[in-house]
Amino acid sequence: MKITGAQAWLKCLEEQNVDTVFGFPGGAVIDLYDEILAQDKITHVLVRHEQAAVHAADAYARVIGDVGVALVTSGPGATNTVTGIASAYLDSIPIVVFTGQVPTGLIGNDAFQEVDIVGITRPCTKHNYLVKDPNQLVSTIREAFHIARTGRPGPVLVDLPKDVMAAKISFPEPKPVKMRTYQPTYEPHPGQVEKACRAIMKAKKPVFYIGGGVIASKAHDELTELARKMDIPVTMTLMGLGGFPGTDPLSMGMLGMHGTYYSNMAVANCDLLVSVGARFDDRVTGRIDAFAPHAKIIHIDIDPTSISKNVRVDIPIVADCKHALAGMNNWFDRCKEIDLAAEKEKHEPWLKQIKDWKVEHPLGYVEETDIIKPQFVVQKLHELTQGDAIITTEVGQNQMWAAQFYHFNHPRAFMTSGGLGVMGYGFPAAIGAQMAAPDRTVIDIAGDGSIQMNIQEMATAMQYKLPVKIAILNNNFLGMVRQWQELFYDKKYSATPLDVAPDFVALAKAYGAVGLRATKPSEVEPVIKEALATKNLVVMDFVIAREEGVYPMVPAGKATTEMLLV
Amino acid sequence: MKHTISVLLQNRPGVLSRVTGLFSGRGFNIESLSVAPTLEADISCLTLVTTGDDAIVEQITKQLHKLIDVIKVTDISETDYVEREMALVRVKAEPSTRAEILRITDIFRGKVVDVSPRSFAVEVTGTCDKVKAMIDLLRPIGIQEIIRTGTIAMTRASKKF
Ligand SMILES: Cc1ncc(C[n+]2csc(CCOP(=O)(O)OP(=O)(O)O)c2C)c(N)n1
Repeated sequence: MKITGAQAWLKCLEEQNVDTVFGFPGGAVIDLYDEILAQDKITHVLVRHEQAAVHAADAYARVIGDVGVALVTSGPGATNTVTGIASAYLDSIPIVVFTGQVPTGLIGNDAFQEVDIVGITRPCTKHNYLVKDPNQLVSTIREAFHIARTGRPGPVLVDLPKDVMAAKISFPEPKPVKMRTYQPTYEPHPGQVEKACRAIMKAKKPVFYIGGGVIASKAHDELTELARKMDIPVTMTLMGLGGFPGTDPLSMGMLGMHGTYYSNMAVANCDLLVSVGARFDDRVTGRIDAFAPHAKIIHIDIDPTSISKNVRVDIPIVADCKHALAGMNNWFDRCKEIDLAAEKEKHEPWLKQIKDWKVEHPLGYVEETDIIKPQFVVQKLHELTQGDAIITTEVGQNQMWAAQFYHFNHPRAFMTSGGLGVMGYGFPAAIGAQMAAPDRTVIDIAGDGSIQMNIQEMATAMQYKLPVKIAILNNNFLGMVRQWQELFYDKKYSATPLDVAPDFVALAKAYGAVGLRATKPSEVEPVIKEALATKNLVVMDFVIAREEGVYPMVPAGKATTEMLLV
Repeated sequence: MKHTISVLLQNRPGVLSRVTGLFSGRGFNIESLSVAPTLEADISCLTLVTTGDDAIVEQITKQLHKLIDVIKVTDISETDYVEREMALVRVKAEPSTRAEILRITDIFRGKVVDVSPRSFAVEVTGTCDKVKAMIDLLRPIGIQEIIRTGTIAMTRASKKF
């Protein structure tokens, strides 16, 4: 029996266990929307801007640990997705984005709403496709999902010309995707695993430096086991937060530009750095030659291009982090020469040193009684949600305060645009997260600047009755840029004061949501409590200290030990 | 250091721009590039010559390999290999220089492939250095146009039985 391309598309989604699609229609994809209407297995979430569809799919993917899906029309619909796709690419998030395209006969003619979206997104997708032959449609979609979710995950775009959607095809039987050109390495080389384990046994001052790869590969348990077995302190990148329990005594929190004093000191002084699923980004390393200068480096990553890209690695392990860590745990468990108690004892002076650093310069801020400090808000959010909420962030100071002061104990609870740093990510991401986890508390920790970049999504949250909470840390500034101007540009606040701003409380009400405002520290807790008790979209407007800065801070290009402290 | 890299790739639309986009996006050099189908019609071989230190060339080969359409990447210059390039060179030919052009062509085992009252077009094949040496000799006579193919290369087969 023959079916249309559009029907085949929908069958493919079902085959891939997709239950939610974030999208926005247009002329080129009406056939697909027609099919969506005719079924009830897949929920379609109508966003109000295509960028939001992609961010929502990205967060959805992060929460469920599988592929998120977005659907948009050709031309402007497609170009509006580019920021979202680039963000997912830099953060290695598995999504598949379907774009409509003009009919194959018109491609290349500058037809109405035609853009070469495959050309535009080539450098920011893991792979992309233009389907020209209806008979290749199903196999292409299967490949797209396979590529998105395996290896180092990432976004895949599939461009669908309108006539391909209308064409009649027969639906091929499902079979496992096999690709001659793409076979990621999951299993670590046993020799490398042994080398790494022996290096750990030799080290006196080891540190785990973990990134988003631990979360992507679901290696949280294996990592926690290994760190605790050997008493090795752990520092995390922004993307790695939640990869190891943030309240564990071995946790040192985040490292890098706005990392903790003790994380950066530990990395600068360690004799062994075990990097797991992290990529030595410049925001992490600071001046590269001063990064872990005394350390032997082990690097576990599924992507060979990450290894020795920025920093020379002594023991590379190309593998899925979960498999590699399991292999190491296994090696230690079976090793006859090792005395775990003695290993732990050996690390005692090192852990003591880190404890001293923690006491010397704990993560903190100057408290005040009459003006709200943003860090205090995040601490209160943590306390009143028992650290159990899903937190998304916008970009800037809000993002860093969220990362510093909300201590994540579980993976897949923190969603932020790490690599690209997209203002406007947090709110659509919160919508995606809430769709994936209807019973969880989902909070977007926002800045007053960023929230305005996708604020139209309030309508989406209202339409699908998503009780997302937005906590605006309102400083009336593009705060992070202002902070750089304060520190490095003689306080010349060019284009960073947000002189005109909406009344966020009134705006919330205009959408039918709840708006709450706190202007004094004493109002913070009642506002959060009320928000958490409200089964509706809530906007909390926290009027905070205008010129509060994020500290510690390593100025760009400096060594990570050259921190500006509170 | 100069490296000759051979890339086997799936012959799909857009695959060449994936390769060139990678080079421009990451700031790698391409000195020359040539591409054509192999024995298997749906697989092409792309030979490119690039320069960079070891770390850069390591990144280049890894990044190429990461492209989904790429089957195999070999840094041919790490092996025992043969390389060839072809050039067509149009040289100004005056009665006084014709003999000289023919002599140079002969020395390099080239061929005259086009003749006009005022110019010769000469074909030469060889390693990049040989082609360059002949061009250098012809240059003082007056080169009007040069078209080069870019290098292609092949690893030598094992001499063992
Ligand atoms: C789309 C986009 N445009 C510009 C920037 C540059 N940028 C980084 S942080 C920042 C300020 C963000 O201001 P706000 O959302 O108010 O947050 P705050 O830093 O005050 O917490 C800007 C403009 C960006 N990251 N993303």
